Amino acid sequence: MAQKLHDDAASALKGLLFDGMTIAAGGFGLCGIPETLILAIRDSGVKNLTVISNNAGVDDWGLGLLLRTRQIKKMISSYVGENKEFERQFLAKELELEFNPQGTLAERLRAGGAGIAGFYTRTGVGTVVAEGKDAKVFGGETYILETGLVADLSIVKAWKGDKYGNLLFRKTARNFNPMVATCSRNTVAEVEELVPSIDANIVHTPSIYVRRMIVAKSNEKRIEKRITRKEA
Amino acid sequence: MAWDRNQMAARAARELKDGFYVNLGIGIPTLVAGNIPQGMDVTLQSENGILGLGPYPTEQEIDADLINAGKETITEIAGSSYFSSADSFAMIRGGHIDLSVLGAMEVAENGDIANWMVPGKMVKGMGGAMDLVAGVRRIVVLMEHTSKDGTSKFRKKCTLPLTGANVVDMVITDLAVFARDGRKGPFKLLEVAPGVTAEQVKAATEAHYV
Repeated sequence: MAQKLHDDAASALKGLLFDGMTIAAGGFGLCGIPETLILAIRDSGVKNLTVISNNAGVDDWGLGLLLRTRQIKKMISSYVGENKEFERQFLAKELELEFNPQGTLAERLRAGGAGIAGFYTRTGVGTVVAEGKDAKVFGGETYILETGLVADLSIVKAWKGDKYGNLLFRKTARNFNPMVATCSRNTVAEVEELVPSIDANIVHTPSIYVRRMIVAKSNEKRIEKRITRKEA
Repeated sequence: MAWDRNQMAARAARELKDGFYVNLGIGIPTLVAGNIPQGMDVTLQSENGILGLGPYPTEQEIDADLINAGKETITEIAGSSYFSSADSFAMIRGGHIDLSVLGAMEVAENGDIANWMVPGKMVKGMGGAMDLVAGVRRIVVLMEHTSKDGTSKFRKKCTLPLTGANVVDMVITDLAVFARDGRKGPFKLLEVAPGVTAEQVKAATEAHYV
């Protein structure tokens, strides 16, 4: 059996990083982000990255760490409102940005991973998102063409993983991780917990999508907006 | 007396029907959740990947893996399910969500909506807003009638970059309710807030309505 499990993030990323590459990262906000792998990518010093991720982390955590070190050249995202360093670099034209509607981004990753070159969607019709894109009418309604996305490297965070590379995500930490896992031939997963096996009926990401994996060293799981109610 | 934010949300809640699957936007629309009539079965979806949103957690219930699209901690309830963002937007874009209540910076008399960007200021991104207005069956907008300088937010044409073209079915402001059927024809003035006159609404509104 191929050995997918590596001792640490640096070893799991060995040979997979190069300047100018495209990296797709799972997570929504700071929920379900591959914390350990992001730290290792920062420490590797790889630069001129194009990063595909719904959000860009916050100033001092998640992908915000790679913005701070100026390793990111371009972000492909849907919402980056929680990050002041991002704002500074973008307004200073030090950072390129491609906004995608969130559902379009999710579907572009899914399509890229499934070998689908493009798809037509109603999302963005009549807006700046549609500019320069092919438009077609189906059943009397206008749709625009969006293309699939693929990456040189995908990094995902899972709750449980087995040695085969099957993954299980927890609650809303699943978010973009399943599609991100598919959109590259080089997917590295960090798991909170290595388990002997996952019930085959409930595997979220089948092993074929995971090339290497590690047990996560960082599971901080920072909360962006801690809102509570009084005990009922 | 114009409606306050919670009264606006309560008015939006009257658009809910038993059995509806609903997505609530960030801001005033989140107040709709607290105004769902007792005994009415309404399931809330959040586009990051949960169907069946519960209330905010107690201090003990906080779970970093369980947040809504506003990145707030939340809870699950009986019947909840989790799914990927691709599945979540398949629900939205596939027309499976019955109704969405969204905030807006501007709505035009032709149903256009702008709620994601102010050029020249920081651009945060559209998140799921463009998908929601393109895919959800019925779009209800909750917004203040005028901006702070008194400019009508219900306008002849949007001045800000659009989120969607001809997608709004109902506009609820602090002064009035406007709606139209089938996204055709002009909006009709359905109601005015208590103590507000139709003339006052007219004076405060740039959009044409009947």
